[in-house]
Order: sequence, then C-alpha cells, then structure tokens
Amino acid sequence: MDTEIFLKSERCKGCGICVAFCPKKVLQLDTLGHCSVVRPDDCIACGQCELRCPDYAIFVDKKVYA
Amino acid sequence: MQERTYEKYFRQNRLPHIWCPGCGNGTVMKAIVEAVEKRKLPRDKTVIVSGIGCSSRASGYMDFDTLHTAHGRAIPFATGIKLANPELNVIVITGDGDCTAIGGNHFIHGARRNIDLTVVLFNNAIYGMTGGQASPMTPLHKKATTAPYGSVDRPFDACQLASAAGASYVARSTAFHVQHLTDMIAEGISVEGFSFIEAVVQCPTAYGRKNKMPEPAQMMAWLRDHAVLQKAWDKLPEEKRSDKFPIGVFLKRQFEEYTKAYAEVIASAQGGKK
Amino acid sequence: MTEMKLMQGNEACAAGAIAAGVRFFGGYPITPSTEIAETMAKKLPALGGCFIQMEDEISGMGVVLGASLAGRKVLTATSGPGFSLKQELIGYAACAEIPVVIVDVQRVGPSTGQPTSPSQGDVMQVRWGTHGDHPMIALSPWTVRETFDAAVMAVNYAERFRTPVILLMDEIVGHLRENVQLPNASDITVYPRRRPTKSRAAGYQPYEPEQDMVPNPADFGTGYRIHVTGLIHDYTGFPSGSPVVTEKFIDRLHRKIAIAQDEITHYDEFFMEDAEYAVVSYGGVARTAYEAVRKARAKGLKVGMIRLMTIWPFANKIIEQTAEKVRAILVPELNYGQLKYEVERAAAGRCPVSLLAKYNTLLFTPDEIVDGIENLTGGRI
Ligand SMILES: Cc1ncc(C[n+]2csc(CCOP(=O)(O)OP(=O)(O)O)c2C)c(N)n1
Ligand code: SF4
Ligand code: SF4
Ligand code: SF4
Repeated sequence: MDTEIFLKSERCKGCGICVAFCPKKVLQLDTLGHCSVVRPDDCIACGQCELRCPDYAIFVDKKVYA
Repeated sequence: MQERTYEKYFRQNRLPHIWCPGCGNGTVMKAIVEAVEKRKLPRDKTVIVSGIGCSSRASGYMDFDTLHTAHGRAIPFATGIKLANPELNVIVITGDGDCTAIGGNHFIHGARRNIDLTVVLFNNAIYGMTGGQASPMTPLHKKATTAPYGSVDRPFDACQLASAAGASYVARSTAFHVQHLTDMIAEGISVEGFSFIEAVVQCPTAYGRKNKMPEPAQMMAWLRDHAVLQKAWDKLPEEKRSDKFPIGVFLKRQFEEYTKAYAEVIASAQGGKK
Repeated sequence: MTEMKLMQGNEACAAGAIAAGVRFFGGYPITPSTEIAETMAKKLPALGGCFIQMEDEISGMGVVLGASLAGRKVLTATSGPGFSLKQELIGYAACAEIPVVIVDVQRVGPSTGQPTSPSQGDVMQVRWGTHGDHPMIALSPWTVRETFDAAVMAVNYAERFRTPVILLMDEIVGHLRENVQLPNASDITVYPRRRPTKSRAAGYQPYEPEQDMVPNPADFGTGYRIHVTGLIHDYTGFPSGSPVVTEKFIDRLHRKIAIAQDEITHYDEFFMEDAEYAVVSYGGVARTAYEAVRKARAKGLKVGMIRLMTIWPFANKIIEQTAEKVRAILVPELNYGQLKYEVERAAAGRCPVSLLAKYNTLLFTPDEIVDGIENLTGGRI
C-alpha cells in the first residue's frame, strides 16, 4: 500500500492501543516501549491507529506523488 | 505529513498531556475539538470550562479561553459566563465524580434551567485524580480503593438524570467509538439549550488495574463489546442487556433556552413588549 | 445631590453596587441579606444586567465568578451559613484574581443560630475563612448612606486589585431605615475593568503584574485565549509546581494590597484630641458606641472613639497611635470577642485593651457601653 506512517515519538507513551487495534500487525512497541513501525508494507491505511491513539502520536497519510 | 486540522485547537507547547499511557481522556479531548471544527465555532467566542479531576485538566491543553474551576463547580461558572455574554459558546468538561457527586446539584439545576451549555462528562467510573476511589458512577460490585470488597452503592445513570432534570439533548458514546462520539458532541453543540454527552472512557490506571483490565487496549475492547447502539439496544431482550449499555442520542427536545428567556425579562423590564 | 429618600441599608447596598457598575448578581436567599437580592432582581434587568437565583451559595459564588471573567462587574450577597459555603470559591477568586464583591450581612451563629438577630460574629471568618494564605479587604459601614459608599468602594477595590472584597454588614445596618441623599451619578468615581495593555504578539502574559502588582487577565471572548486556574500559576496563567513561582505568587497576592494599605484603610476619629480613653468600634455597634461616648463626655470622662470602616486589612497605624496616646481602649463587639484581639495585637502592650462582648441577640444599650467606659477609667475623670 502507498501509505506513510508518521510518529511523533515525543508524544507516544507506549500504551499499545495502536498495536492492539492494527488489523495488519504493522506496529509494535520497541524495547523502550514506544510505538514503532515494523511491517510498513502491510499497512492498509485503515486509520485505526491514528483514530484511537489517545496521545496524537501516530498519523497515517496516503502517499502523494508529486 | 499533512497537518491535522484538530492540532490547531491544541496549545502545542502544553503537549504531551499529563494523562497516563492509554487513558481515554485524550481521545475525548480530540473528539471535542473535532466537533468544534465541525460546527465551525468561532474560536475566540468559545470558552472551555472544566472542574477538577484528571478529565478536567483538558482545559489547559485547548487553545480557547479556558477556565479550570473548582471541584464540582464548572457548571455554575459556565452559567455565569453564558448569561453574562450569551454570544459565547460554552463547553463544559467534567468527570463522573466532579459532575454527579460534588457537582450533582449544579448538574441537575443547569439542566433544569436549560441554559445553552454543552456538557461533556468523561466517565471513567472512578476518581482518577485522587487514585481510584469509588464515584457515584462506579458500577455495582466493582472495586475501588474505598470499595475494596466491591461497591455496594447503586450508581447513577447520568443520562437519565440529565433527561429527568430537563436537558434539551442527551447522548452517550465511548472513547472506542471515536467518530460516533464526535458526532454526538457536534450535535450537542448545535442544540440550543442544555446538552449533555456522557463519554465513557478507559482509565487503565485507577479503574482497570483494580478490575482485572490493566491493559488500555483491553478496556477499549470492553467498550467495543459492551456498548450497544440505541436502535439495537431497543430490540435487545432484557436478559441480554445485563452488563451492556446503550449509546446514541437518547433525547432531543426543544424548550426555551435560559439566556433567551432572560433576554425577554430584560426587554420587559426595559418597557418593551412582554 | 439627589433628593432625600428613606432607604434601608440593604437597598443602599444594592444601589451603591449598581452605581459602581455592577450588572450581574447571583445568589441564594438568606435572612437578613435577602433584600439585596430582591432589589437586584428588580433593578438589574432594566439596566440590561442579569440576576440569577442559584441552587445554593456555592453556585451563587461560582456564577458570579464566571460572569466576572466574561466581563461583568458582579455582586453576591449572603449571611452566616451561606457565607461559610462560599469560602472555597472566595479563595478561588483570590488565587485566580477575579474581581467580585461578597456581601455578608452577619447574623448570630454558629450554624443556623439566631437568623434574625444582629451579630458581628464573622469578622474573623471574613479574614481567615478560606484555606491558605491570601490578603482580604473587608469594609463595614455604620450608616445607610455609608453603606452606599462602601458598596461603591468595594466594587472599585475588587476591580482595581482584582480580588474578592467583602462588604461586612450586620443586621442592624442592613435593616436600618434612614433618610439619605445619594450622590449624583456624575459625582461617583468608578474604577473601570482592567484590560490588557498589549497584544499577544507584543508579549502579553495574562498574569504578568503591572506597576501596581496587579495583572490584567483579559475578559473571556476578547480574543486573548487565556487560561484561568485555581492552581498556582506563573505569568502565563498556567500551573507551575515551582517553589520559586509559588513563593513569588503568594508574595505578590499580599503585596498588591499591602502597598495600597494606607489608601484603603478608612476610619473616623471622634473626640480624640484630648482623649485619655478610647472606644474602638465598627459596623452597627459603632452607632451605639458613638452615643455612649457622647454620654460619657457629658459626664466629664475624657473618652474618644475610633470608628473603623476598613476592617481588613487591619488599621494598625491608627490603633498604634491611639494606644500610644490613651490609658486604655475598650472594644465593644456583638460577639464573644474577635476584633478585640486584633486591636490588642496592634496596641502591643502600649495600653490595656478591654472587651465588652454581647452575644445574646440583643443590641448594646448606650449605657452598657458607658458602663464599660467607666470600668475602663476606674471612675477617673
Ligand atoms: C472540594 C474538593 N474535594 C475534594 C477534592 C479532591 N479531588 C480532586 S479530583 C477528585 C475526584 C475526581 O474524580 P472525577 O471527577 O471522576 O474525575 P477523574 O479524575 O476521574 O477524571 C477529588 C475527590 C478537591 N480537589 N476539592
Ligand atoms: S496508541 Fe499512541 S501513545 Fe499508544 S503506543 Fe500507539 S502511538 Fe504510542
Ligand atoms: S493505518 Fe491501519 S493498517 Fe496501517 S498501521 Fe494504522 S492501524 Fe495498522
Ligand atoms: S488515573 Fe485514570 S483517568 Fe487519570 S490520567 Fe490516569 S488513566 Fe486517565
């Protein structure tokens, strides 16, 4: 999928909500407990992660080609 | 990335917010600003008023005129603001303890007067800020630091309370049903009169840990699985309702709004037509 | 001057507040203050103002604070039990620096006490009733005419210092009817609502103090997007846990009143030129005390009187001077003894201070106070 996932890591508290609700297991908490993108290619841009993140730390855009 | 429109409503230098990892308050705060955006409320004519509690800290992050009052007293302050200057849009943020315990009297009287406020109750079923004591909305038999054997106090249904007290608009949603929640709030904003929206939120720290749901995602899944849209709820047989709860618009009615009614008092006192 | 008219103290209070620009009243009925609310309910709408009867005194306080933040000059009125309920939000007003005037028409307590009987039992509650450290301004009038002036002054001080001001009345003055001549509107000085003196872009901070140590937080709805909280905050208005900020903040709250103390301390001196004894009195009791002092003078006693209008901040200077000059001071009070201890503190051993306390619902008679004076003088003329 042509998507881009952005993380504002300074806002992420590692609650794991995005990880739990991602239908494609794109996300995982890293060793420091922050959200990280582990399977970017599987992302279907469903927006679940962004919708549910209580800390506005993750954003998903469809890729725009100039 | 594309800048999200809701971000402009936050005081960026105050973020990240103080809430615990996975706390649902952040989601409701976002839903409120999305509803403000949807209703195109002029920002400099919109005031956010909150009480005291975890939820009530939201006012500090929102880039409007904001007022963080005392525990339970947000509605009286908001009433003063609205009556003093009816052109202002006033949104009240409160917690279940703030609104239905210490502020319970103000809550029902605000609804009775039908003053044009949009009250959003962040219901985490517990006193979050003070570390997990029981609130008047803690469900029966659930645990709290002050109900270590499970609560035997029968809880309030704040929506029924608001309806009975005379609100113009009453709705409920959850921090899982983000878009639905935004819609519920946006509709409340557009109703002229006392609007009440109960947003059920997860509090993993003070409630979840005590009640076998320590993970935020677990609590959200619980919200997903136990909230039932009003239409489906109506058809749900009694025995299947048990620990489920309805979400949606429960009440929408028209009744003269308080500041409008008072404007007539002013007109008649000034010798205008009655 | 306007024409003479017969007026009750409570009505004069409402009239003074209106003359000073009050356009919003919220409260809850309680004897003996109710006439203030009733007068406001009738008069305010005709002036485009608002009156709202709330569900209790706490909300009565909350609603006026909200209205004040939205730009109105505001008043609430109550008596003992209601005044107790207002305490938390009086502290809120002190902390968030919101102009508000609270009238307390005192009655006998504790609790429901003697609802229709006069008292001066709230003198200390006015000063120390809410939690924490904060200054307080309280004015206690002794005539109907002065009640009008005190109300104007109270509103002006609330606006100027952005602080709660207490109009400390009692049942005597509240229900007293006197012929009064009120000043013309054009002769009344009204302190306007403070406004920001610069824009956000120019570095405006809502709680940054001006020269007089008072900040100018913008009224809601004027485009400044300020944050107001009862948590201790820095100049931005946002909470700060810093010990430095906390200390500076609490200092400033006190200092903004302290530096103006002389200006806001009002009192009268009667027969003090050659006085060897003094009566220090305030509120409705001062009326009887004045008569008593005249009677004592007629008997040849060299007694004078200090009548305090400003109760808080306490009139230290005049009491110090008086104590320096006289042999003894008598403080008659309709309570078990409250301001007497403050007089004693200020006198600081320069002369003895005696209390004449009465708390049985009845007023002093002039002779009781004359007796008190005679006891003080030990019969010495
Ligand atoms: C007069 C007063 N009593 C008690 C408190 C202590 N207190 C602060 S927040 C709170 C409860 C908050 O619970 P709730 O309203 O449900 O909000 P939450 O923190 O759960 O969002 C209490 C009891 C207070 N601040 N003021
Ligand atoms: S939901 Fe948000 S805060 Fe939680 S782990 Fe994911 S990105 Fe971080
Ligand atoms: S957009 Fe959907 S698929 Fe992509 S990471 Fe987020 S939740 Fe997973
Ligand atoms: S205690 Fe509960 S309500 Fe408070 S911030 Fe933490 S999770 Fe949220």
